[in-house]
Amino acid sequence: MNAPQLDALVASASQGVEFDGLSVAADSEEYRVEIPGERLETDEAGLRAFAEENPWYVSNWYYWTRTVGSEGARYAFLRWIEDAGRPVGERYEALSTGVSRTWGQLRVSATIGEDGKRRYALGHVDDAESASLDTYSDPLAARELVKLDDRGRYRPLSTAPTLPTGWEYPNLDGEDLVRTVDFIYPATVENWHREREGELDVTHFREAAERQSGIYEIVSQLSVEELEAAAETCCVDSQCLKRRQWDEDEETDLDVPRGDGEFPCREPCSLFVTAARKFVTLGREEMRSYEFELTPTEKEQIEEIIDAVAEGRTDEIREADLNEGANRYRARYLRARRMPDGELSGTSTYPED
Amino acid sequence: MQALVIVGHGSHLNPGSSRPTFSHADTIRETGVFDEVREAFWKEEPSFREVLRTLESDEVYVVPLFISEGYFTEQVIPRELRLEGWDVSAWESGDGVSADHATLKASDVEKTIHYCGPAGTHDSMSDVIVRRAESVTGDSEVGDGFGLAIVGHGTERNENSAKAIEYHTDRIRESGRFDEVRALFMDEEPEVDDVTDFFSTTDIVVVPLFIADGFHTQEDIPEDMGLTEDYRRGYDVPAEVDGHRIWYSGAVGTESLMADVLLERAAEAGADVRGLSDGDASRGVADD
Repeated sequence: MNAPQLDALVASASQGVEFDGLSVAADSEEYRVEIPGERLETDEAGLRAFAEENPWYVSNWYYWTRTVGSEGARYAFLRWIEDAGRPVGERYEALSTGVSRTWGQLRVSATIGEDGKRRYALGHVDDAESASLDTYSDPLAARELVKLDDRGRYRPLSTAPTLPTGWEYPNLDGEDLVRTVDFIYPATVENWHREREGELDVTHFREAAERQSGIYEIVSQLSVEELEAAAETCCVDSQCLKRRQWDEDEETDLDVPRGDGEFPCREPCSLFVTAARKFVTLGREEMRSYEFELTPTEKEQIEEIIDAVAEGRTDEIREADLNEGANRYRARYLRARRMPDGELSGTSTYPED
Repeated sequence: MQALVIVGHGSHLNPGSSRPTFSHADTIRETGVFDEVREAFWKEEPSFREVLRTLESDEVYVVPLFISEGYFTEQVIPRELRLEGWDVSAWESGDGVSADHATLKASDVEKTIHYCGPAGTHDSMSDVIVRRAESVTGDSEVGDGFGLAIVGHGTERNENSAKAIEYHTDRIRESGRFDEVRALFMDEEPEVDDVTDFFSTTDIVVVPLFIADGFHTQEDIPEDMGLTEDYRRGYDVPAEVDGHRIWYSGAVGTESLMADVLLERAAEAGADVRGLSDGDASRGVADD
């Protein structure tokens, strides 16, 4: 607590203060002040003395009502970080050593700074113990920072679980923290807040599809079976950290797990719509029968290759692990043996041509 | 409080697509004219659907960083922003190049949205094209003895795409600064492939009216014009083609002066830009 904070409290007493267990009221020269377990009726000097003995309550009130401003998504998010439902004393003790929360793949930590001002640190959850990180302070830098994953590949979906490591924002104020999070996971704080307030505006798939135009108009043709497969393809936790809150329509839930993410997904995103368009065109093709000559192991190998690609596991398969069906040598050998002209088992895709 | 939202196309495939949007947003942030400046994208995040809710300002100026009036600026963006009662007639642009702005409400936020015409059809875009010619030639007086080709995508689906190109071509031609000024296109006549056929001047500055550098501006156009056999090997500026010197500038949208066009759009829609010195954002920042 500092002098301006105390002066602000005294000045606010006449309108009444009720915040996080601190209660102050004034009636002409008479002040009534209360914290859990203590209550005092006194004059201004007595109020000031009481505040000096309980500085956390004053700096806490000042930080939340004056520095942050006590409403909106930012306020709710910053309160959530320090689990502000707890008593002030307990919180200040926890903040003195630091408290942390996970937001997608972000680790947000809060500590108490000068005069109750919170300081926040932001980084990748996997970097919590890492000593050699590039440090940043400008929220705008986050846009470039998270553009590519650790393998140098472009991340078109901000909430894909491929957030790069190796960086940190060691010291942000509350406003810059929320801006930085918004550059890394855009609109997640706002939608999380809306959900907590019971005001999340979910747009289900059929409604979202109805809205599409141009080349995306066809996504409304996706059948419910295809939609289930599409959600399983794109929207599960291994692909996106948002928690899917949309379904086929208001009455028809999808069976695919929604995910365990902290922040909600309120409608099919542009990547999903683009994928859905492709899935519609794939679904237009008629089934036909092919005959292939393969050994049982080769059939299983094809299944293993599909599985490895679908799970993004190809990089983990060791160069010389010839027991893995999706090993590169195994795949090359299969191609050499069974795809003589680039077609599986020499079977033409369009034999009539 | 007032906010500026710059809406761009973005890409699922090309990480560079959003960079001009970010860069112009940063230029405008530095002026301090707006309480908030935010980027939003069709293919990236925040999406058009969710950008407005991330803002605290009551007054929001939305400027599309798009080249033409058409499908995206008239249909997709207003729909995705949920602008209530939007109708393209509100822009009063009968000719496809005269959009101004419209003031509307968005249905998911309590804000006033000033939806502006695209950057590409604003008059001051002509200045950006000329500036691009100056920067690629390194000559702030460039014009005398030079031809200027303005290159557009051109598409049968959207005739306005060509109109924006023609509009600036006419304006710059009328200014008399260059010996010759021509509009050329990638997939309609007159085609950029034959650029040297259309100019009698030895020197030709070629400025593609595209927002971001990508496949078209970095691969197609240089190869089509014969600046290089293979874009991966790069090309000279200027490059010799059929006895002409081609000064190829790359996408006009990356020019820092674009930030001024966005600011002018917002100012004309009523944004308070009094904090701006000389009305020139990019120049102020470039001096830093």
